[in-house]
Amino acid sequence: MQLYRTLWRLADVVEVVPETPRTKSLVLEVPGWEGHKTGQHVDVRLTAEDGYQAQRSYSIASAPEDERLVLTVDRLDDGEVSPYLTEVLMVGDKLEFRGPIGGYFTWEAREGGPLLLIGGGSGVVPLRAMLRHRAAVGSDVPTRLLYSSRSYEEIIYRRELENLAAQDGSLEVLHTLTRSWPASWSGYHRRIDAEMLAEVAWSPDERPLAFVCGPTPLVEAVGAALVGLGHDAARVKTERFGATGG
Amino acid sequence: MREGFISRGFGGRRRGQAMKLPPGQYLEDGFPVLSAGPTPRTPLEAWDFSVVGEVDEPKRWTWEEFKRLPSEEITRDIHCVTKWSKLGTRWEGVSVDTLLEGVETAADYVTAFCDGDYTTNLPLEDVTGGKAWVAYAYEGEPLEPVHGGPARLLVPHLYFWKSAKWVRGLRLMASDLPGFWESLGYHNYGDPWREQRYWGD
Repeated sequence: MQLYRTLWRLADVVEVVPETPRTKSLVLEVPGWEGHKTGQHVDVRLTAEDGYQAQRSYSIASAPEDERLVLTVDRLDDGEVSPYLTEVLMVGDKLEFRGPIGGYFTWEAREGGPLLLIGGGSGVVPLRAMLRHRAAVGSDVPTRLLYSSRSYEEIIYRRELENLAAQDGSLEVLHTLTRSWPASWSGYHRRIDAEMLAEVAWSPDERPLAFVCGPTPLVEAVGAALVGLGHDAARVKTERFGATGG
Repeated sequence: MREGFISRGFGGRRRGQAMKLPPGQYLEDGFPVLSAGPTPRTPLEAWDFSVVGEVDEPKRWTWEEFKRLPSEEITRDIHCVTKWSKLGTRWEGVSVDTLLEGVETAADYVTAFCDGDYTTNLPLEDVTGGKAWVAYAYEGEPLEPVHGGPARLLVPHLYFWKSAKWVRGLRLMASDLPGFWESLGYHNYGDPWREQRYWGD
């Protein structure tokens, strides 16, 4: 079983899509791409002219069924790799990477649910791959996405998520905004807490399968709250990213 | 390795380049957290540590007994497979040599087992001879749950996923059995200086 491609190879950047003021999606053409599972990541490697290299990991934003591989990258102002990917890289460039990598934080429609997706900021990226996969295969697994963003403008994939939910009675998308929200905002506007999860997360008897991805404080709070509400820790899968590094 | 590819317009920030980091790593000042599930919280009254498997007689310590074992201060660089390295981290804990004192075994491998059902596998010779500890303090403070407290394995010469958080014991094994990440595409041994991140590296 070879789930992983660990050789470095080159992708062609065929499109760069601004998602929010800080995030862009890189659409990559990868000759001979064998596909991936939702939730997996790739390692990206940049090489300077003198041979200096830097590597980082990025979650795959596209579904296995999508024609092209997509990475959505959040720009960290003091980062080394993300400012290059979001501000320097352009259509026609090549990008070196290897993957897909990771075999735990993954979901396929046949694994069922109910599927509880909880994301913070760019932590929504692998969850979006799961939603696109679910839609592409016509799955009706009951699914809820609870997505925390700092502000309305920083919601990644906002319109796509609206459209997915509008077409599909078994999918609900719920947002919470933590720093600012429009005057007309009727959704949650606080950090995700146990009370919010009690409303959104089904009851523990229904044994939802949870995927939680975001900054460490969010993942810690959500993981502890879900276990506190009686959910089985073994059905809560987490992926975290630090505030620094990218 | 694809020779000759240059990323157009990439200069790099090169923090920490003067220091010697393993290939593909960058310097990190914070202490990022990575784990596959919620943080387990085992009360100290319910905590114990055991040495089991291919041993003449299993050993077990309660938290109180464990804290009375001779401890060491350890200062080491640590390297996470997700690319960050952190230099000069200070720990306090019990050497695995101390835990295995007097244990008769023909085992060549060890599996560390943990709360949350995490496991990781190591050759026995990589956790003996002053190379590994069960650490319960970090930078002079009790180890926080999010970083693996009350105690975690510390094997700083291998990628940090081998330094299993929330460790509860060591199982000595006659043969090697891949642990959690080792079964999911990550390298069986994990030497950062040879960049053994994934299967096939």
